[in-house]
Amino acid sequence: MIPISAEDFGAIRLTLRLAGTTTLVLLCLATPLAWWLARSGSRWSPVVGAVVALPLVLPPTVLGFYLLVSMGPQGAVGQFTQWLGAGLLPFTFSGLVVGSVLFSLPFAVQPLQNAFEQLGDRPLEVAATLRASPWDTFWHVVLPLCRPGFVTAAVLSFAHTVGEFGVVLMLGGNIPGATRVVSTQIYGHVEALEYTQAHWLAGGMVVFSFAVLLVLGWLNPRGSRLRP
Amino acid sequence: MRTFIVSCLLGIASMLSPAWGQEVTVAVAANFSAPAQKIATAFTAASGYKVNLIVGSTGKLYAQIKNGAPFHILLSADDETPARLVKEGAGVAGSPFTYAVGRLVLWSKQTGMVDAKGEVLRGPFERLAIADPKLAPYGAAAMEVLDKLQLRSQVQARLVQGESIAQAYQFVSTGNASLGFVALSQVMVEGRVAEGSAWVVPANLHAALKQDAVLLSGAKGNPAAQAFLSYLKSEPAQAIIRSYGYEH
Repeated sequence: MIPISAEDFGAIRLTLRLAGTTTLVLLCLATPLAWWLARSGSRWSPVVGAVVALPLVLPPTVLGFYLLVSMGPQGAVGQFTQWLGAGLLPFTFSGLVVGSVLFSLPFAVQPLQNAFEQLGDRPLEVAATLRASPWDTFWHVVLPLCRPGFVTAAVLSFAHTVGEFGVVLMLGGNIPGATRVVSTQIYGHVEALEYTQAHWLAGGMVVFSFAVLLVLGWLNPRGSRLRP
Repeated sequence: MRTFIVSCLLGIASMLSPAWGQEVTVAVAANFSAPAQKIATAFTAASGYKVNLIVGSTGKLYAQIKNGAPFHILLSADDETPARLVKEGAGVAGSPFTYAVGRLVLWSKQTGMVDAKGEVLRGPFERLAIADPKLAPYGAAAMEVLDKLQLRSQVQARLVQGESIAQAYQFVSTGNASLGFVALSQVMVEGRVAEGSAWVVPANLHAALKQDAVLLSGAKGNPAAQAFLSYLKSEPAQAIIRSYGYEH
């Protein structure tokens, strides 16, 4: 008998929903950003690149704390979301998505940036001489050639969001169905000395993460590593 | 060259070995961290023993003690954990005693928001922060109060839980939750509530928040640990504890 409760299953479902949403948002955001970083040659791109990489080195609690303060009623983001009529973001699913997108940003941007850098100018020039529109070029030249970069970005964003803890802890408020994810549920079990349940969820997390990285290795034999 | 290596090793060894003189390592529940620091300073001045404070949630400290953490004393946020440690052989039998009794307070950052009877709970507020009732005694006490006032079903959807009473405080103090049940010790400075508005919950609305201290088995016979426990019971220490809103 596996001691996984309905609450645990709720947390698993919510985690997958959060990771899926975050991955979709990240791919939409990170693609143009990585393109600009890889190809604009602007003197600002190292600065933006460093900002994007910040979540790699900052403790998640720092990010979570600043998000909590800035999304609060006195914070700039909080005043903006209230002005929009969206209310305050902490303690909501949308708030977690915003936090996760920021937290996993480098995991999406960097593989794409590498892919776009390795693409070079030549395929784009050839496409242009064949009168392909930029839109055509993106869908029919860039996307197929950079497929490993997109796969890596998507898989790492998803896996990293599943493994996120500190930001959720700071922003979440532990609300079942909205902000109680697997990692915070494990933490709760451990703190409450429910070590058996904690073991089942934590062991599942280890197996899941290993499987994801293994699948990534199979899909992308040469593009699976994260290269900051 | 050999002299250089030897002096390097000696340097590293001196960093690893404990400081001179005797010291006592005290694991402290998060809600008691501020008074514990004051007491530690006063104790060191009075006795000459050095105090290392390790602050964490009681559940985490319990797990660390069970796995061999080198603590001498646990100042728990409840009375169950010390009793459990004694039963499991990790605490010295007969050593647990109540060093403080905590008080729960309904607190808001806004002045005038919380009235003297807590009627604001029946009104249209947005979020009520509590500590996770499963993990923190103050969270369990908050749920008890809501039950006694027959408000649980009314406010359930507006509850947000911090993993500890420290996080519940953080949610209220950043304004993300307009109301919260926190420890009186968190909002009290020198005998009065320093900021915002508060209702000190009457003690008869929840089970007493007894916080017990326990001497851990590894420190049996350690004079520094004994001295600290006696100091904790003394009037100067109790005065510090009361100034943070704890009772005894």
